[in-house]
Amino acid sequence: MNFQAIKTIYMFEMIRMFRTIGQSIAAPVISTCLYFIVFGSAIGSSIESIDGVSYGSFIVPGLIMLSVLTQSISNASFGIYFPRFTGTIYEQLSAPISYLEIVIGYVGAAASKSLLLGLLILGTANFFVDVSIQNIPLMAAFLILSCITFSLFGFIIGIWAESFDNLQFIPLLVITPLTFLGGSFYSIKMLPPIWQKISLLNPLVYLISGFRWSFYGNGDVNLRVSFIMTALFLIVSLLIIRWIFKTGYKLKT
Amino acid sequence: MNEIIKISKLNKNYAGKYQALTDVDLSIKSGEIFALLGPNGAGKTTLISIICGLVRITSGIINVDGKNIDDQPREIRQRIGLVPQELTTNMFETVWDTVQFTRGLFGFKKNNDFIENLLKKLSLWDKRKSTLMTLSGGMKRRVMIAKALAHEPDILFLDEPTAGVDVSLRKDMWAQLHELRKSGVTIILTTHYIEEAEEMADRIGVINNGKIVIVEEKEKLIKKLGKKHISFELEKELTSIPERLSNFKLTVKDKTLNYEYDSKNTDVHISKLFDALKTEGITYKDINTKQSSLEEIFVELVKNS
Ligand SMILES: Nc1ncnc2c1ncn2[C@@H]1O[C@H](COP(=O)(O)OP(=O)(O)OP(=O)(O)O)[C@@H](O)[C@H]1O
Ligand SMILES: [Mg+2]
Repeated sequence: MNFQAIKTIYMFEMIRMFRTIGQSIAAPVISTCLYFIVFGSAIGSSIESIDGVSYGSFIVPGLIMLSVLTQSISNASFGIYFPRFTGTIYEQLSAPISYLEIVIGYVGAAASKSLLLGLLILGTANFFVDVSIQNIPLMAAFLILSCITFSLFGFIIGIWAESFDNLQFIPLLVITPLTFLGGSFYSIKMLPPIWQKISLLNPLVYLISGFRWSFYGNGDVNLRVSFIMTALFLIVSLLIIRWIFKTGYKLKT
Repeated sequence: MNEIIKISKLNKNYAGKYQALTDVDLSIKSGEIFALLGPNGAGKTTLISIICGLVRITSGIINVDGKNIDDQPREIRQRIGLVPQELTTNMFETVWDTVQFTRGLFGFKKNNDFIENLLKKLSLWDKRKSTLMTLSGGMKRRVMIAKALAHEPDILFLDEPTAGVDVSLRKDMWAQLHELRKSGVTIILTTHYIEEAEEMADRIGVINNGKIVIVEEKEKLIKKLGKKHISFELEKELTSIPERLSNFKLTVKDKTLNYEYDSKNTDVHISKLFDALKTEGITYKDINTKQSSLEEIFVELVKNS
């Protein structure tokens, strides 16, 4: 293992975040506040509690997931796309590092950032509503797993992308809608039966449900199913990345 | 000298179609400066990129120090530095950071003294805190060289290292490369400045259309393929070449009589020519001799291949 190289990539990516530390903190804090003002107070006050949890508290896990998923993807995809775009990727390709090490460096940094972000939102949410976490280890496991999985996914997008527009495309057109429709702001049990069935096709339902379970002991789907699905995403992403590096897809001609 | 890089039967087809390299066999000797010459699109960058792991091999074998580059990439890559042809830089980084980044990427611990020394040698020390976007083209090129040397490689590839570098700095760079070579670094460079190859190289390879045309020691190449040229400054204008001199390849222009001959030939012909000129009563004020330059040899080789 070339640990020095992993550290170098990791630090390079982290420093990129700290350079804009103000933005990195302000953006999620402000958007969380907005969500609580709009959903928590303005709309939430007229919505009954769900499964015995007040609406404001109910949306916290979904809110965290929404930011964590989009940020994981955009951080990781930008991290690897930028050197591809500028051409400096030649260094990574000619260096004595394995693909695993490249992935650990980039994905590790992106996942760390979104983990910090998730915790920041959790902290902010705490100011507005009561947040109780029933099972902290489970909560941490879901959060970390999601950060890693979606950073891996972002890494894949960053390798696939041919333009900066492509980078925006998946988070905006796929992840955001799926998170909204995946029960971030409602329980899918509130939907008509047919839509409940359709919702189960949405992979993010399992993620959000499992994560919420760790907070309030209650979810839309079985906890074990949630966990298995989350682990499955991770494995699929890893397999795609392995294939990318084996074939040199978009990296080597 | 033992060979440090051995390439056998290397072929490269881009996207399965375009054949950029055809059956390339090439050995690089340890500690030499090897210049790879060839016209645009000949396959120079492709060849270098394959050795450095940026482009995949279609077929063939490359060994570095006896190790196959696909079997032991780590050991090999640690020893190789690359200055790519394109100026690719992260515009927002500082010179210092970008050089340190490369060193780390190659698995080396920080060594500030070494990097300081390196930047000073490349006249970049004053610019260490500047971001790359504020540097001129020639400075960026030198940053690329600093990056390539940041992990103390003993094999260095330079793909047109002096493109866009001003004359005096180019000379500096040549001197530095000579110094590197003295310290045992093997250097492989491509260039379009024949003068550069002439100045730097121990051996020269010419590639055209993906095929190696010739590989030869520089001196031998010049001798083997070089033509010599004598011109006589005549006292009186010559309108036509006299019958007696028609055996010699002579051309005349105004008051200059030109004679060209292969340097391989013994100089019997020359003395005959002098005799013939004397009997014809052709007198001259001055004689110039010239040996054909590498540039002329190169143009000739590419034309005929
Ligand atoms: N990624 C690629 N995909 C397809 N063809 C390529 C690719 N890179 C290079 N080629 C083709 O391969 C051939 C050799 O290109 P290469 O860059 O190796 O030439 P070169 O000798 O370095 O030329 P130059 O002196 O212009 O730098 C060219 O015909 C080029 O069009
Ligand atoms: Mg080239």
